[in-house]
Amino acid sequence: MDNLFNPETIFGIIGMAVTLAMPYLYAAIGELFDQTAGCYNLGTEGIMMMGAFSAFYVVYETGNLGFGVLAAAIVGLLMGLIMAVISVTFKAEQGISGIGLTMFGVGLSSLLFKTLLNGTVLSVKGFKSIRIPILGDIPYIGDAFFNHNIMVYVAYLLIPIASIILYKTTLGLKIRAVGQNPQAADTLGVSVNKIRYLCVCGGAILAGIAGATFSIANINMFQEKMTNGTGYIAVALVYFSGWKPWRVLLGALLFSFVNALQLRMQVLGINIPSDIAMMMPYLLTIVTLIFVKSRDKPAALAVPYERSEN
Amino acid sequence: MLKKNSIVVLFIIAILAMAALPVAAADDVFQVAMIMPSKINDYSFSQSMYEALKVLESTFPEGGFELVYSEDMFNVADAREAIRDYADMGYDLVIAHGSQYGTSLQEIAPDYPETAFAWGNGTEFYGQPNISVYQARAEQGGYVFGQVAAKYTNNGKLGVCGPVESGDAKTYIDGFKNGASEAGSPVSVTYTSSFSDVSLMSAAAQTHMDEGATLLTGTSQSIPGAVSVVKENNGIWMGVQWDTIPLAPENVLVSLVYDWSPILNDIVSNMKEGSFGGRAYDLTFKDGGLKFVWNTENMEIDPELIAMADDLAAKITAGEISPLPAQ
Repeated sequence: MDNLFNPETIFGIIGMAVTLAMPYLYAAIGELFDQTAGCYNLGTEGIMMMGAFSAFYVVYETGNLGFGVLAAAIVGLLMGLIMAVISVTFKAEQGISGIGLTMFGVGLSSLLFKTLLNGTVLSVKGFKSIRIPILGDIPYIGDAFFNHNIMVYVAYLLIPIASIILYKTTLGLKIRAVGQNPQAADTLGVSVNKIRYLCVCGGAILAGIAGATFSIANINMFQEKMTNGTGYIAVALVYFSGWKPWRVLLGALLFSFVNALQLRMQVLGINIPSDIAMMMPYLLTIVTLIFVKSRDKPAALAVPYERSEN
Repeated sequence: MLKKNSIVVLFIIAILAMAALPVAAADDVFQVAMIMPSKINDYSFSQSMYEALKVLESTFPEGGFELVYSEDMFNVADAREAIRDYADMGYDLVIAHGSQYGTSLQEIAPDYPETAFAWGNGTEFYGQPNISVYQARAEQGGYVFGQVAAKYTNNGKLGVCGPVESGDAKTYIDGFKNGASEAGSPVSVTYTSSFSDVSLMSAAAQTHMDEGATLLTGTSQSIPGAVSVVKENNGIWMGVQWDTIPLAPENVLVSLVYDWSPILNDIVSNMKEGSFGGRAYDLTFKDGGLKFVWNTENMEIDPELIAMADDLAAKITAGEISPLPAQ
């Protein structure tokens, strides 16, 4: 147990948590925009799998990591358009259509994997770590926070960017208005459908990139169902956050920290049953969700907007 | 009129004959169905059986063997339906390649006495004359790998990435820990509680390496995640269940391959003699079921290390070494 409390181990756990939080941040910030505008997207998991495959395949074929991220973003956009057409234009039940989109994405990525790569597990050279000058040289802190790949840094930059967009811009005001009271927003000349399309598609682009982080910025390979439920956890993190970007960061880091901690405890031989160790992050999420106040929940979340013509 | 009737009768006879043809042909074909929890190319448990079945196929005359399979049958309810469907369709041998399929076989096998069923990592055949069970004595390979790993790293730190604390994954890990600790190497073990979470497996491998392990091993279809980390960090990997060298040719020292061929051959020859099951098989070094595949093509491996592994395997077979610690 003493081994756990030396600075090297503690900052090692923090450093791993910083990396593990990366896909949650992309996917959860995307989902945050969706939900703030009043749309659920339970298709995040499927979009992530398609993003993971498309990024991997493009990098495998071209060797260009930038093209890989672009491919994941484009595929995310296309799947977001499908989701938007179903949930915004056709006003279908969002939960069911999202689950359908997940099944479609997971299935299609498996099919493409078998068709284009014969189902063979291959690897690519992914994004390399970049040590930030000066900051990266600070003992312990440097390795934990400032020695990661570019996709990790961008993931953390998304938090202030999302916060500024949602709370300091007119667009953010419109997004929140559409999620809270679409009728009022419409009366004031805000196009509810346009804002919802924008958020669902933008969120899906981030979900696609979240998938890419698995295949070209962390594990650097593709395997079927490799996102393993991350998309659903991202949706839970949005609830956890009370629809606030900074709390998304807190939730993602907390979840990842507990995950990294339980792995380190196992490696250090601290005697806790492995199943209990694995349950810890999920238990923490459930317990926290119980205490999250839902006063900031978008009032029109999951409610299709019907324009009144009277 | 008579001519017209004759044509109709001939037509009916022709249709019946055509319908009968495939049945006659199917009787001459040995039909095997396999239900597995993952994929045929998982570099792991499922692939080991699939490859053994391909070897079995090569022993039959062309067109005399038919293999069908259902992948991703992790859901037991789905697997149960698949097993029953294959039995309904008249497959000669239905292989349920996973410990979770036991209760399904117990329920289905009595309804199809002419079908042979085989249960992977099974524990008992429930007194059924048409169920065979087979399991890998992975602790044997684990013990040898533990000793080899300790020697290769000069008693350095070793890491084991496990999926779920059960079945041959656990026995392999227990054997590895025993072998390594007897040889003087410290071993750390992680379980991810998942057979498929490549991301967590990757994080587990990174944690082992952060704590100073340079040689890792592990089982399950999620090990590509761990191998990827080993590759990135220029570590060494020891594969289990199937040959993992293609995943990282510069980093995989050796793989412990499960070769189910001897067991399959026995099942098939017993079927030819009219016995459809009632047997339990162990995959061991003794019958050639556990094999080492050394990566001599890409790595310089000390022949003494290989000789040591062979010697340990022989001693286990002779009963001179117990791979698991005494209870």
